[in-house]
Amino acid sequence: MCVAAPMKVIEIEGDTIRAELGGVTKDARLDIVDERPALGDYVIIHAGYALHRIDPEDAKITLALWKEMGVIDEIPE
Amino acid sequence: MKYLSEYRDGRVASKMADRIRAISTKPARFMEICGTHTVAIFKNGVREVLPDHIGLISGPGCPVCVTATRDIDKAIKLARIPDVIVTTFGDMLRVPGSVSSLQKEKGRGADVRMVYSTMDSLAIARRHPEKKVIFLGVGFETTAPTIAAAVVAAEAEGIKNFSVLSSHKLLPPAMDALLSGGELDVSGFMCPGHVSTVIGTASYEAVAAQYHTPCVVMGFEPLDILQGIYMLVSQIEAGEARVEIQYRRAVAPQGNPNALQIMNRVFEPCDAPWRGLGIIPKSGLALRDAYRAFDAEALFDLKMPDSPEPPGCKCGEILRGVKTPTECKLFRDVCTPESPVGPCMVSSEGTCAAYYKYSHL
Repeated sequence: MCVAAPMKVIEIEGDTIRAELGGVTKDARLDIVDERPALGDYVIIHAGYALHRIDPEDAKITLALWKEMGVIDEIPE
Repeated sequence: MKYLSEYRDGRVASKMADRIRAISTKPARFMEICGTHTVAIFKNGVREVLPDHIGLISGPGCPVCVTATRDIDKAIKLARIPDVIVTTFGDMLRVPGSVSSLQKEKGRGADVRMVYSTMDSLAIARRHPEKKVIFLGVGFETTAPTIAAAVVAAEAEGIKNFSVLSSHKLLPPAMDALLSGGELDVSGFMCPGHVSTVIGTASYEAVAAQYHTPCVVMGFEPLDILQGIYMLVSQIEAGEARVEIQYRRAVAPQGNPNALQIMNRVFEPCDAPWRGLGIIPKSGLALRDAYRAFDAEALFDLKMPDSPEPPGCKCGEILRGVKTPTECKLFRDVCTPESPVGPCMVSSEGTCAAYYKYSHL
């Protein structure tokens, strides 16, 4: 039930955004998001509400650990 | 697909499984407490690439599954009231109560509607001012803030025909109850990703310290889960019990303060009944007095006796991680996804449904 997906913000109108993933779009509210996203940002959406704005630097921390483990050679952009 | 494809690379996964095998010497059992993890582990064949001495078990991570029969009966009672529209997330419809299910009630003419979001439920309330629209609030800390936000929106807009029957549950008190019960043999927790997006990691610190049990918050893609298991195994091998976040792109140590603030404004912790675990102190969420006008428990007469669990059903022990579905006599013969006896077979995220679909042991 806690399924949530990372989607790209393609429209913002007041406290509602439209976001896209693999060609599918969804509208979501911003009432409970931790940080207001800008156009082009990625957010995690659950049950019609954006929960979290993804900071690309946070994602890189995970990928840097993979490099340290030796399972990837380069950190993908 | 950014933030998804890179976490699904099969070549990297196979290297990561090699790294786990290379460092793992001690037997270990890890419990996930999120239905989305249950499904992801099966779907991606995670068990098959782990060494034989590492076991993965499922805990009480499916919100529909842990909802007590009595709470389902309350929902059914509400659905039978004339001029009521019951709205809920999909899986709740088929869960058997003690004598009926919401789906059966719908078949008999009750107005029960599936929604994707509480905003849909509010829209129904606006369209039908002559009806009472009740949302069945089921879910953990990921979902509860979205229900709280809808209550706040209804109050601001002056919507008077919308209320919530809150069966929300909080996961950290359940983890504590499982460990303090003493029957569970577990070496580490695979902590839920999106619950932690909201609550952060503070509540796991007490679990890790008090029971010397490592906790790693992990994401849902195959590489998230394998890396998370690698982190747990590293701690076990080093004799450590710390809280770590694998799922950095979605989880900050402090969680989401905005979501927590709205959740705490509308709800307060209450003692709550869990299927299989009994009443766990401060593990549920009730609407605060200030929001009584939106509380179905206050607006309708829902007093009813305790409801027994279905005879022979082992959902309770399965939710506590002390039995697997294949140890239940009803599994696959009597209890199937088409004709479920217990909730763990109803929800697509239920442990029994996942075993039924993916394992052929």
